[in-house]
Amino acid sequence: MMEGMDEKTRPAPDWTPRPGEPPNVWHGRGGHGRLRRLGARWGHGPFRRAREGKLAGGIAAAVAERTGIDATLVRIVFVVATLLSSGIVLALYVLGWLLLSRPDEHDTIAARALADRRGIMLALGWGSVLAALLLILSILGTGWLGLPAWPLIISAMGLVLIWRNAPADEQELMRRTAQPLMNRMAGPARSRLVARLCIGAALLAGGMVSLLLGHPGRILLRQLGGVTLVIAAIVVVLGPWWLHIARDLVVERQARARAEERADMASQLHDSVLQTLALIQRRADDPQKVVQLARAQERELRALLFEGRGPGSLGGEGMTLAEGVRLIQQEVEAQHGTSVEAVTVGDCDLSDDLTALLAAAREATVNAVKWSGAPVVSLFAEVEPGEVSIFVRDRGRGFDPDAVPDDRKGVAESIRGRMTRRGGTATIRSVRGEGTEVSLKMPRAA
Amino acid sequence: MAGKPRVFIVDDHGLFRSGVRSELGDQVEVVGEADDVAPAIALIAEQQPDVVLLDVHLPGGGGQMVITAVKPEYPQVRFLALSASDAPEDVIAVVRAGARGYVTKTISSPELVDAIERVAAGDAVFSPRLAGFVLDAFAAAAPEPGAVQPSFDPELDQLTNREREVLRLIARGYTYKEVARELYISVKTVETHVSSVLRKLQLSTRHQLTRWAAERRLT
Repeated sequence: MMEGMDEKTRPAPDWTPRPGEPPNVWHGRGGHGRLRRLGARWGHGPFRRAREGKLAGGIAAAVAERTGIDATLVRIVFVVATLLSSGIVLALYVLGWLLLSRPDEHDTIAARALADRRGIMLALGWGSVLAALLLILSILGTGWLGLPAWPLIISAMGLVLIWRNAPADEQELMRRTAQPLMNRMAGPARSRLVARLCIGAALLAGGMVSLLLGHPGRILLRQLGGVTLVIAAIVVVLGPWWLHIARDLVVERQARARAEERADMASQLHDSVLQTLALIQRRADDPQKVVQLARAQERELRALLFEGRGPGSLGGEGMTLAEGVRLIQQEVEAQHGTSVEAVTVGDCDLSDDLTALLAAAREATVNAVKWSGAPVVSLFAEVEPGEVSIFVRDRGRGFDPDAVPDDRKGVAESIRGRMTRRGGTATIRSVRGEGTEVSLKMPRAA
Repeated sequence: MAGKPRVFIVDDHGLFRSGVRSELGDQVEVVGEADDVAPAIALIAEQQPDVVLLDVHLPGGGGQMVITAVKPEYPQVRFLALSASDAPEDVIAVVRAGARGYVTKTISSPELVDAIERVAAGDAVFSPRLAGFVLDAFAAAAPEPGAVQPSFDPELDQLTNREREVLRLIARGYTYKEVARELYISVKTVETHVSSVLRKLQLSTRHQLTRWAAERRLT
């Protein structure tokens, strides 16, 4: 029924792994596909276990994220609800852990567990042992096979399946949680551990006795005392490990944040530096091209390291004059392979007039690079209160202003035109054999 | 000055040191090199070179630490700052500590040799970029009208119009010779102006200059 409803509301289940998600093993589209979708449909949107900020299964963290309530508060509510509901909430938690997928996963633990025959056998075996144990206790007259027993058995079986089928990082977490229990008789802290275990056992025994011999009249009081003692026992025995685990969790989270940062940096370096190095290797026989590539890369890398700008993120809205000058420098160097020595004094936001000034400066720079034959072109911009001036200078072959070929005259006129239309001036000085300097001045609107 | 200048190279990149060594060839005498502040101080004291090519960024601290340690004992050792970084405040800091000039690592070999000879002769070497930085620093530090001057020597806190003109032309890419021709003055006068700017930059106590550097660090 669930499946049919699903097929109607969802046109086609998404079986293809999305990019960026880890490739995972698919287990066909049998019954566990239904489980997965059942899990995914809990709540309004797909409700998924949290990957960040989790202690165990990440359900409390996910609830906290969904509702905006503090995760610690949610956890406290979980614990209290578990105590009050005789463990039913705990069982629900384990079921949730099994049936909800994590955002970085394609399927749920339950889906994978269905393919894990040995895990199912183990869970069933473990569940039956527990059931038997509780049955014996109930025969002894404690009535434990009642309400608290089934959630406990379900939780235990669920945990076995989770243990075997959870994502690698959760398995690691559980292994570390359980490790001290498994090799408790080894290691240097052995005597302290034994002492802790003895105290814990004594408290536990006291609590159990208090619970087991509950007198009808004072049953509530005795049960409360018993529960307190049991909790005290657990804290004494497991407290230090929990602290240790909590510390490890923090360290692990920091390590992951660092790893993500590194991956980010690596991808940026790959896009820029590695690509350029590959290009340089291919162009090794062309020194001019190699120098050009290295220079463009150097600027890009410097922008990334010192100014926090990613490659190609220059320009756009809110650009200042100095940034515009730098952009001209980078573009011209990258496109023409001649180095541009750019110096700016002062800075201001770009107006339409100043954008026109930059366009004229760019044209003058490209012109100098193309025609002068000089290895370096100087680009100097100064922002003063009343005006902004840009000088483009080369020490190249220069030209005689009276004998300019028509095509160059056109360029000069277009530079001049851009400036005069906006109320600025353009002066071009050139001496044959000594170089050319274009002076551009644009008044600043108040 | 007699003979080739004796040059000492301080840079934490071995590749760069050997690169500069081979670039300079036999036009100067490279007497030693160091990769960090402490060994640099010890070896410079031992070798007493004419010019130290000093990287602005060193692992053990800024290049200015080398200058402040060497300068009082060996005032005849001159420093030329070299850097790949464009951060103005670092450059200004090294120059204020006592470097006679600043060039970028992308400088061509003949220009570098020329700069070394100039520094060895006691002149200041202003690359277009340093000229831009200085203009920027002093423009930002221009006194507000009516403001109380914190400095005891107001002359140090401002550039003269002539100095400003010279710096502007250097920033525009003019050589000292071209500056001289443009302003109808001698090359010697240009050198005097540049040295005077260097002195002001090193001695000015204006708090605005410091504030300018601090602001640039923030951006």
